Amino acid sequence: MKDKQVKKLAMTVLAWLVAGAVFFPIFWMLLTAFKSEIDAVSVPPKLFFAPTLENYVAVSQRADYFKFAWNSVAISLGSTILGLLLAIPAAYAMSFFPSPRTKDTLLWMLSTKMMPAVGVLVPIYILFRDSGLLDTRSGLIILYTLSNLPIVVWMLYSFFKELPKEILEAARMDGAGPFEQMLLLIMPLSAPGIASTALLSIILCWNEAFWSLNLSAAKAAPLTAYIASFSSPEGLFWAKLSAASTLAVVPILIFGWLTQKQLVRGLTFGAVK
Amino acid sequence: MASQAVTPPLAGGGRAVRTLPLVGPSVGVLLVWMIVPLAMTLWFSLQRYNLLSPAEKVFSGLENYKFLLTDPSLFTAMGHTLQLVGAVLVLSVVLGTLFAILFDQDFYGQGVARLFVIAPFFVMPTVSALIWKNLLMHPENGLFAFITSSLGLGVIDWFTNYPLTAIIIVVAWQWVPFATLILLTAIQSLSGEQVEAARMDGAKPLSMFWFIILPHLLRPITVVVMIETIFLLTVFAEILVTTSGGPGDATTTLTYLIYLRALVEWDVGGASAGGVIAIVLANIVAFFLVRTVARNLDT
Repeated sequence: MKDKQVKKLAMTVLAWLVAGAVFFPIFWMLLTAFKSEIDAVSVPPKLFFAPTLENYVAVSQRADYFKFAWNSVAISLGSTILGLLLAIPAAYAMSFFPSPRTKDTLLWMLSTKMMPAVGVLVPIYILFRDSGLLDTRSGLIILYTLSNLPIVVWMLYSFFKELPKEILEAARMDGAGPFEQMLLLIMPLSAPGIASTALLSIILCWNEAFWSLNLSAAKAAPLTAYIASFSSPEGLFWAKLSAASTLAVVPILIFGWLTQKQLVRGLTFGAVK
Repeated sequence: MASQAVTPPLAGGGRAVRTLPLVGPSVGVLLVWMIVPLAMTLWFSLQRYNLLSPAEKVFSGLENYKFLLTDPSLFTAMGHTLQLVGAVLVLSVVLGTLFAILFDQDFYGQGVARLFVIAPFFVMPTVSALIWKNLLMHPENGLFAFITSSLGLGVIDWFTNYPLTAIIIVVAWQWVPFATLILLTAIQSLSGEQVEAARMDGAKPLSMFWFIILPHLLRPITVVVMIETIFLLTVFAEILVTTSGGPGDATTTLTYLIYLRALVEWDVGGASAGGVIAIVLANIVAFFLVRTVARNLDT
């Protein structure tokens, strides 16, 4: 019994050292966000200082911050809703009415995810330029929806597969058509699964930083691009960078924490449960 | 997929419901998404076409490929890509496995510690790159410089002297937590009975690791390697906001090289030829990933 206690204590120390080290950059960012610009760059670095909210005030007073934040919200939500609208019927059909082609369809969808974005950068740029989609929210919504659709379908498919088939059978006896089954039965029953799928989609859209950096500028740029603008070498605005980063990261971090268990399915295409 | 000539039908059996209108929209948009840009990339890669002088667009056959494949910068960039992907994969697998085992142990505050260790995966790439570059790795005001110099070790100017290593550290910081999350989930599915039985038989922790845990993790590790490869091949933001591919071309990867050709030099033909090479590379990995997932779908 004593031995077990000692082992548990040792494990606690070791695990917390690792967890602390991995989390440290985020902790340091959170801390720096409450420093004045002078404290933020001071040598030696200050662990104790007079905390200030001036960075948050400064960041929020730059009216364009809210424009970038709104772009992030609108693009993530827009793409997630569009993705669910496309994916729910497909996942429903494939999990409840599988045909001999279903497996091939699923694998083919997965294979479209393998196309490296940079491989099609040129055509997408030219298509966007010619159709006026450059630097628009709709353009990014379309791209994000397409690139996340395979993950969304797979994740929903794995949740729908878990519902007992008999329920559907009973509903069909009562004369419910496919859309009634989907709306009144499947969606309420797998609401937690749909919610985690939506959260994963939001996380992926929010953090996407290839298309947003290349295809958006002043008008439609989301927070990823706004943060990138802090990379200019003139002046050290570390406290403001940290405050802006904190605002951009914290909501998504919470989403990630809430759904970590279910995310594994989506991120590994059901290969790890 | 061609490797499986006969696909056994999944259980259930479809009847009485027309599934085409349900599956059709998703398949349709993905089909367009796959074919149109790919065909355009292939077509552009055969043209001499620069957006700065679009009037001079002519068909040039394989000239872009010839130029690219005789250009040493392509191979330098592919070398950097290989180092970046390779190093991050090794770190992910080794640390991911160790962390997964560690965080599977019984200890105080397990739940919260797990949240801490997976957190970096949810931080957007531009934020992690700039936090590391400035707050931590800055040669004058950064925290690391303070720590190393107060230990009398001098100061390392990471992004100037070891730029690729610095980027590897930043990218690994984002992806080791991903590996940890996946492998931790996988370890938890290891049956308690099997572990208990091995312990009863007097298995030492090390042989437990080699003969029980590692074999169980083999497939999840393969999945982690393949998925990370797909994402790591296109690492972009971390390079753009820290080194912009420099100093010189020290951190120019294949993805960054294509970006430079496309949106800095506006060389549509050259960038497309590079894009085709990237697609071929990614598809080699993808082939194996799809096969692993397919095997999993059967069981």
